[in-house]
Amino acid sequence: MYYDVIMAGFGGQGIQTISQIVALAAIRKGLNVTYLPSYGVEKRGGRTNVTLVIADEEIGSMVTNHPKCVIAMDAIAVDKYQSQVAPRGLLITNASLVPESMLERKDIEPLPLRCNDEALALGSAQLSNMIALGAFLQRSGILGIGDVESVMDDVTPERLKKTIPANLAAIRRGIEIAANGRGR
Amino acid sequence: MTEKKLTKGNIALAEGAIQAGCRFYFGYPITPQNDIPEYLARNLPKNGGTFIPAESEIASINMVMGASASGKRAMTSSSGPGISLMQEGISYLAGSEMPAVIVNIMRCGPGLGGIAPTQGDYNQAVHGGGHGDYRNIVLAPGSVQEMFDLTIRAFELADKYRNPTMIIADAMIGQFQEPCRLTPEKPVEFPEKPWALTGRKGRSPRLLKSLYLGDYEQEEHNLFLKKKYDEIQENEVMVEMQNLDDAELIIVAFGTPARVAKTAISLARAEGLKVGLIRPITLFPFPVKQVFEHSARVKNILVVEMNTGQMVRDVRIAAHKDAAIHFYGRPGGGFPFPDDVLGEIKKALAGGAR
Repeated sequence: MYYDVIMAGFGGQGIQTISQIVALAAIRKGLNVTYLPSYGVEKRGGRTNVTLVIADEEIGSMVTNHPKCVIAMDAIAVDKYQSQVAPRGLLITNASLVPESMLERKDIEPLPLRCNDEALALGSAQLSNMIALGAFLQRSGILGIGDVESVMDDVTPERLKKTIPANLAAIRRGIEIAANGRGR
Repeated sequence: MTEKKLTKGNIALAEGAIQAGCRFYFGYPITPQNDIPEYLARNLPKNGGTFIPAESEIASINMVMGASASGKRAMTSSSGPGISLMQEGISYLAGSEMPAVIVNIMRCGPGLGGIAPTQGDYNQAVHGGGHGDYRNIVLAPGSVQEMFDLTIRAFELADKYRNPTMIIADAMIGQFQEPCRLTPEKPVEFPEKPWALTGRKGRSPRLLKSLYLGDYEQEEHNLFLKKKYDEIQENEVMVEMQNLDDAELIIVAFGTPARVAKTAISLARAEGLKVGLIRPITLFPFPVKQVFEHSARVKNILVVEMNTGQMVRDVRIAAHKDAAIHFYGRPGGGFPFPDDVLGEIKKALAGGAR
């Protein structure tokens, strides 16, 4: 098993958080993981992205330019990474911020999700990353909800522990939308 | 087995230093290594150590020298420009035979350059940097686990040979995260230090110096150091070798390019191209024998670096005279992707040396 994914958006969207959840859940499952964050001048609202490689064998490269999946949480991320998705790969987009006309490639599987709207319907716009995470779990098939549940406590800082149930509900909603086909 | 924790390269290195018994850290901030002083500022004092944010890199390396002279394990870390400022001190450490660990999480240059990853400081670390006829022991981690393990080894080697040891890693190795075992594989070695300046009461005086003005004194000292460097070359080479048995091409790379090469080699082998890897873990001592022996048989080598060609010169010196040496370099913050390296593999297998 070898799976690579790039998750991208702007600072504050929770890209690093969902990447951490996936990475920790994979490690807990005994898989190898490399986690390469963008780094640089830190500022609120700046660009953020993570390249994750998950495999049951030794991982060589921690960089990839043909990931099996891209999660693009805004239009700039789609612009930058759409062309990189491997043929027949998966492009999860946050349709609340990305016009569907941007999804040009016919050789990949697009999965537009109205992450912000779905999150608001669950009570908080801050859950949008969890909607995307749920869809990723469902479509990639590399991890199940149980794997993720078991690490939520570890990745959640003390002051946010009370948000875990809402986050899990949002992840389940993401799984449900993805399982029912397109996410509109 | 202890659980592996998702750990950033720089943090693994800093924790490795603490577990190696380093109790003195002196440094001045610079990206992309700031995680190291940040972690040590918080955790070194908890372990009975001293953390001093120095006023400059020149002060840092001289504080390291002072702590080292007293027999304590001491470290500094920096990147590019900061390491350049430390070169005088590193030369003094080598000349006075004082152990120390100096970490360079390499950012691109020359000059102030940028904060993106590079391997542009290979020559500086391996072939001098400071003045005089000396060598650093140079370690090149290729994973987060090695950032931890090789930091411990760096302190052991520095003490064993009374010599500065540098750890050089491109910023990608410093910044990325992998599962890591944060406990030593085996008990940490603490060689005796019968030379340390600990107060002469009750024993004969000791002297640490790098000044030799008498007739032939300096030459004698240089020849003595040379003997030590030869011993290091003989005994301390660390190298990872993969897929060499049937190889028709060998990639030589360290750090991030070696990681990328491993994936490229899998891709190549899936297409029936027989490619192997030699990954120097020690850059000095360089795996001269290994490169010679395998290049005598395979005769086709591709060196991949994140610079315009530095380690490739050591490969040329070590390789069999009939070996064709190809080079692929990405300088200035660029780095290769696996399919870039695959393309270079195909070129190298198709044609003559460049």
